[in-house]
Amino acid sequence: MSSHGFNPIRSEEGHDVVAISLRGVVKRFSSVVAVDGLDLDVPVGTCFGLLGPNGAGKSTTMRMLTGQAIADAGSLEVLGFRLPEQSKPARLRMGVCPQESNLDVDLRVRDVLDTFARLYRVPSARRPVAVDQALALARLTDRARDRAVTLSGGMQRRLLIARALIHDPDLVLLDEPTVGLDPQVRQQIWSLILALRERGATVLMSTHYIEEAERLADRVAIMSKGRVVAEGSPAELIAEYAGREVIDVEGSQTQLTDLRSRADAAGILTRPSGPSLTYLHADQDGDRRLPAGRRRVATLEDVFVALTGEYVE
Amino acid sequence: MTSTGVSLRRIEPAGVLAVAAREWTVFCYFWRNQTFAAVVEPIVNLLAFGFGFGALVSKIAGIPYIQFVGTGVVATSVLFSAVFSGMFDSLYKRRYQRIYDALLAAPVDVEEIVTGEVLFLGTRAGIYGIAPLIVAFFFGLTPTPAMLLVPFISILTGIGFAAFGMLFAALASRFDDFNYVISGLITPLFLLAGAFFPLNQLPEWLRVAAQLNPLYHCIELVRHCAFGLQPGADLIHLGALAVFALLAWAAAVWRTRARLID
Ligand SMILES: Nc1ncnc2c1ncn2[C@@H]1O[C@H](COP(=O)(O)OP(=O)(O)O)[C@@H](O)[C@H]1O
Ligand SMILES: [Mg+2]
Repeated sequence: MSSHGFNPIRSEEGHDVVAISLRGVVKRFSSVVAVDGLDLDVPVGTCFGLLGPNGAGKSTTMRMLTGQAIADAGSLEVLGFRLPEQSKPARLRMGVCPQESNLDVDLRVRDVLDTFARLYRVPSARRPVAVDQALALARLTDRARDRAVTLSGGMQRRLLIARALIHDPDLVLLDEPTVGLDPQVRQQIWSLILALRERGATVLMSTHYIEEAERLADRVAIMSKGRVVAEGSPAELIAEYAGREVIDVEGSQTQLTDLRSRADAAGILTRPSGPSLTYLHADQDGDRRLPAGRRRVATLEDVFVALTGEYVE
Repeated sequence: MTSTGVSLRRIEPAGVLAVAAREWTVFCYFWRNQTFAAVVEPIVNLLAFGFGFGALVSKIAGIPYIQFVGTGVVATSVLFSAVFSGMFDSLYKRRYQRIYDALLAAPVDVEEIVTGEVLFLGTRAGIYGIAPLIVAFFFGLTPTPAMLLVPFISILTGIGFAAFGMLFAALASRFDDFNYVISGLITPLFLLAGAFFPLNQLPEWLRVAAQLNPLYHCIELVRHCAFGLQPGADLIHLGALAVFALLAWAAAVWRTRARLID
C-alpha cells in the first residue's frame, strides 16, 4: 500500500508505529453506553480483529473512526490525525466497508467504482485504471456494465470491499465483512482479506465470528460491553485465558450447574458450552483433580465465551 | 474544521464536484422520465389556464393572459421540480439506500453533500423552468435581451427550493411525513405567488404574506425580464431570492447533519 500522506504515530510505549490509537473513548446513545472507556492501538501493517458479540460496540467504534459518530469522551487518533477535528484528511487515506451495505445499487458496477474514485480524489487520468484494478480484485470485470442491483449478495459484498480499496488506502476498516453470507461466499471474502493482508495493508476488521478472527487476524481484541477485555495474537490469547488444553464435561443441566458452582468456589476457570461445561487450563490441572471428560486443544472460542459470557451461534 | 455547526470553510470544490458528479451519473440513467415529468406538467398547466381563463380574462395589466401565465409558470415549474427532488430523492438516499452514509465515510462532509446536491438539483430545475417561457413564445410573447437573465433567476430559485426540500427530507422519517409539507406549505406557496392571478386584488394581509414567498419574487423578476426591468425593485427581489437560498441551505445542512452524524 502506498504511504504518501501517511503520518505515523508512536504509541505510548514509543516503539510500535500505530495506525489507530484510542484512549478512554466513550459513546452514549441516550441511556445506552455503546462504547465505555475503550483503549485500542492498531499497529501499522497488521490485520487487527475486533471480536465481540452483537451489541459490544464494534460498529459504533468503526463509525467514530470515520467521524460519523462523535465520541462523548476520550481521544482518537487515526493515521496521525486527531478526530473528529481532522477526520476528513484521515478519511482520505482510509477505506471503509460498512456492516450494512450502502451500495448505490441503481448504478452500473463501473459507475459505483468511478463515483468513489472521484470522491477519494483519484486524479482523473488514473481513474479508469483504478476502476479496472478494483473490478479485477472483486472479480467483477465481466459484470462492469451491469447494474449493481442485479449482482448476487456475494458479488455485492465484493464490490463493497473493492469500492473501499479504490484509492489504495493506508488503512482499511471492515465492519463484519461476512455477516449474513453463506459459507462459500464467506470463503471468497476471506481470500480477498488475506490478499489485502499479504500486501501489508493495515486492516481493522470487526466480527462476531470467532473463526474469522482466528483465520485472518494477526492480533485480536476481544470486546464486550463497550470495552476491550483482552488483546493479543490468537495464540497468546488462547495461552493466557484457556491454556493449551481444555476438558469438556457432559452432563444434565443440573449436574453442570452444580459442577460450575463448585469450580467457581475452588477458583477453577470454566465456561459453559451448550450441553457441556468446559474446564480451561486443563494442561496445568496438577492436583486440582478435574472431572473426567473429553480433553482437547483450547481454541479462541473458549477464550471468547469465558471472557464475554456469550454463547456462540 | 470543527464537527458541529455549519461552516463554509469545510467546503472543498473537489468534494462538492464529486457529489454533483454522482447526481449527474444518476441523471444520465433516468433523464428521460425525469425530464418528461418536469417539462410536460408546467406546459399542461400553462395551456389549461391559458386557454381556460384566457377566454374569461383576456389581459392582465395590459399583458395577454397566456403570456401572464407563461411567465408565471416558469417559477412554479422550478418550485415543483426543485422541492420535490430535494425532498423525495434525499429521503430515499438517506433512509432506503443509505448513500449518505457511504459518502460520509469518504472524505466528504455534510456541507459538501448538501451543496453538491442542491447545486445540481437547483440548476436542473432552473433549466427545466425555461420550457414554459419557450412555449409562451408561440403564443406571442416577444423575446427580449433581458430574458437571457431568466435562467440565472430560475437557477437561483431552484437552488433555494432544492435546499428547502432537503431540509424537509432531513426532518421527515417517512415519505408520508411529506403530506403535511405539501398540503400545508408547498401548495400555498404555489397558489400565493401571482403565477395565475395578480395579487393586487387580494386582502392586505395576504399581499403582505406573499412578500415572504420566494416564488413571488421569482415571478416578479421573470415578468420584468419579459415586460420591462425595474432595477430598484428587481434588486430587492434578487436579494430576497439569495437570502432565501442561503437560509434554506444553512438549515438543510444543520438538520441533515443532525440526522447523519451520531
Ligand atoms: N444510532 C444508535 N442509536 C441508539 N443506540 C445505538 C445506535 N447505534 C448503536 N446503538 C446501541 O449501541 C450498542 C452497540 O451497538 P453496535 O456498536 O452496533 O454493536 P456491534 O456492532 O458490536 O454489534 C447497542 O446496544 C446498540 O443498540
Ligand atoms: Mg455491528
